[in-house]
Amino acid sequence: MLMHIDNDYNRFRQIIKGKIKDNLRKYISSGEMIGRKGKDLISIPLPQIDIPRFRFGENGKGGASQGEGEPGTPVGGDDDAEGQGQAGNQPGQHLREVELTLDELAEIIGEELELPNIEPRGKKQIVTEKDRYSGISRVGPESLRHFKKTFREALKRQIISGQFNIDKPQIIPIRDDFRYRSWKTTSLPESNAVIIYMMDVSGSMWDEQKHIVRLETFWIDTWLQYQYKGLSTRYIIHDAQAGEVDRDTFFTVRENGGTVISSAYELCARVIEADYPSDEWNIYAFHFSDGDNWSREDNKACAEILHSRLLPRVNLFGYGQVESTYGSGEFIDFLDEHVKSEHENVVLSYIPDKDAIYDSIKDFLGKGK
Amino acid sequence: MRSITQKDIAQLQPRIEKIAAEYGLDFFPVIFELVDYDTVSQLAAYGGFPVRYPHWRFGMEYDQLSKGYRYGLQKIYEMVINTNPCYAYLMKSNPMVDQKLVMAHVYAHCDFFKNNFYFSHTNRKMIDEMANHAIRIRRYIDQFGIEAVENFIDVCLSLENLIDYHSPYIKRQDGKADGMNAPDAPKVKRLRSKRYMEKYINPPEFIEAQRKDIEEQQDERITLPGAPQRDVLLFLMEHAPLANWQHDVLGIIREEAYYFAPQGMTKIMNEGWATYWHSTMMTQKILEPSEVIDYAEHHSGTIANHPGRLNPYRIGVLLFQDIEDRWNKGKFGREYEACDNYAEKRRWDQQLGLGRQKIFEVRKLYNDVTFIDTFLSEEFCREQKLFSFAYNKSNKRYEIESREFQMIKARLLQSLTNLGQPIIKVIEANYENRGELLLLHQYENVELDKQFATDTLSNLHTLWKRPVHIQTRLDDKAVILGYDGQEFRQQWVS
Repeated sequence: MLMHIDNDYNRFRQIIKGKIKDNLRKYISSGEMIGRKGKDLISIPLPQIDIPRFRFGENGKGGASQGEGEPGTPVGGDDDAEGQGQAGNQPGQHLREVELTLDELAEIIGEELELPNIEPRGKKQIVTEKDRYSGISRVGPESLRHFKKTFREALKRQIISGQFNIDKPQIIPIRDDFRYRSWKTTSLPESNAVIIYMMDVSGSMWDEQKHIVRLETFWIDTWLQYQYKGLSTRYIIHDAQAGEVDRDTFFTVRENGGTVISSAYELCARVIEADYPSDEWNIYAFHFSDGDNWSREDNKACAEILHSRLLPRVNLFGYGQVESTYGSGEFIDFLDEHVKSEHENVVLSYIPDKDAIYDSIKDFLGKGK
Repeated sequence: MRSITQKDIAQLQPRIEKIAAEYGLDFFPVIFELVDYDTVSQLAAYGGFPVRYPHWRFGMEYDQLSKGYRYGLQKIYEMVINTNPCYAYLMKSNPMVDQKLVMAHVYAHCDFFKNNFYFSHTNRKMIDEMANHAIRIRRYIDQFGIEAVENFIDVCLSLENLIDYHSPYIKRQDGKADGMNAPDAPKVKRLRSKRYMEKYINPPEFIEAQRKDIEEQQDERITLPGAPQRDVLLFLMEHAPLANWQHDVLGIIREEAYYFAPQGMTKIMNEGWATYWHSTMMTQKILEPSEVIDYAEHHSGTIANHPGRLNPYRIGVLLFQDIEDRWNKGKFGREYEACDNYAEKRRWDQQLGLGRQKIFEVRKLYNDVTFIDTFLSEEFCREQKLFSFAYNKSNKRYEIESREFQMIKARLLQSLTNLGQPIIKVIEANYENRGELLLLHQYENVELDKQFATDTLSNLHTLWKRPVHIQTRLDDKAVILGYDGQEFRQQWVS
């Protein structure tokens, strides 16, 4: 069957890439495909163009559905109640959801966002040798004797040679029957990586901003985990002071203090110096904030720590700035001017809303570092 | 496992066809095509048709469908289109038991296409028609360039849903004012005169000229449209200043929208019917013992309950089974309704055996709205744990609203009426006496999405070329949203 879909498809991709038809740009949304990972629903970015139509907004909207729950229980909206003639709404076309593993997910995100694979820094290719007891051998030290296999060999030999008497089952292994566990030495190239997340939890960071950060870190985790076996993660929060916390606290805690960003960079530098010698580790540091630092002096302090202690050691330093509820959000401009020009492993990304997340992930991970 | 070939399908088809016919299904000839996933994704993107006009949105659909499959997120089992003969596409990679299920499913869809009243007006040679549309649009592209034509199609698609879904089945009141309601034409005033002076005081030529004047004035006052018109696309075709090719393209979009409309209007019924029959045919006649487990897995996946979403397959098949059961047992009519003893109602069985007959009648005469309106019962809602949900403004989320029968039914009907889209009519083509277009959103407690509305207005302006407006309600106040080609305006109506 000869079909013309390739042309339509190419045109669609060109629109998405912004090469043609600028008038449609504002209708491009990072649509999503829903996958399932365990109990969680995962959305996979899939750019999509919504042709505008008269349609219902949310006020007053409702519907009917099926399941458990008391009045007041939240339910998913019925997003697919829109127009006829769309795929999935044809009779007889039925779709089914399937589960995903994290690796598959990473592969998909990699393909969708066209992320390059990461090349670990050369000298960090540590080869570790590891012994694995995976075989059986006829010789070996007594301490590694495999009793069951030995016994079975003896039994087999006795049956074959007719020495086995079922009324008087007596099994005596001889030299030939002995079996020993044996090992193989495998060398594993090992590249260890650590991600250090820092987040501004000062009063000006609201739930919405934190939600954005949480989504960002999920995708960064997923991608880096796919790239490195052996990934550890550390979390630092800061307002006017910085402290290390666990993952749950990282996403839930909320402080009211001001913002002194250098406190977090200082702590981050100390963590790296103490635990992650940079010739053995691939180090990633990400910092999320609304960009409202306490003072210009502190900006300078930040630049100083970045120049001398952080940037020389890390593979990548990513700074993501979310929308500032009030205040200037000038920190990103400061970094752009004073830090980024001198170091190529700095990525700055501005994330005004949820739709911008995928672009910013692409910013962060698109360098292949 | 050996892969399935067209020959296997050809061997299977007569058997399944015979079983379907024995159950009383009445279908067009069915042609099965065995295709791979890439082809099925392409076909599905084209709405099931091998040839459509060029447009990027088909590429977008294809992108989603083929990626969904490649990433293992979703899978299309089959496609069937409403044509005579009826074409159905089977996925090559599916195992035999799935093919059997899908074929049985397809015969029931085809029976539905052929017999359901709402499909009666559709063009059964739509494959040819779609190909004709493609040729015409390609010709325009050659002539006027891809940008111009595609942009125009984008605009038309933005208004595609503004058709009158019921117009093929009923005769709306004639647009022109009829004699009954029109005010009496004012008479020419005569000066009082004696009879013999009449000719001089009221000269006949003068009276005649006066009469004509008055008539002309009246003609000017006739508004366009005479009565509110729901087929906005038709109105635009008749009255918008369009080039010939644009007129034709708009007509194509409209024709295709009307062709697909009944599928949206009967989604629950059509899927319910097909599911009812595949399960009946498979379990009673077709299944081999070795296939039972696979069949059961697939079938239960089809009718699974997705939290927060109403699965049309599930609700459709359960309602058909409910109807069959009720008409078998005589659980209908005045006597049954009047009975208020719950236990007795449950035990009710007059052994009428009218179930099969009834469901065939239902599949012929109903659409989703009338189906739910007539057959959704309180018992059914309770057994199936249906609930209604609504958007809660204060915490910006959808919440369960109620488990009361009337509420559930109202919400369900609301989401099905006009295919769950706002009802919009043209009411005035000479708004403010400036040739501006005024639409009316028939507000029923759900607001329009304002962003989408303004974007759509700007597309409407592209066609009408004069300022366009829509009257609706926001925050429970009447408002007119307008676009004059440069800026948007929002005007509260007191």
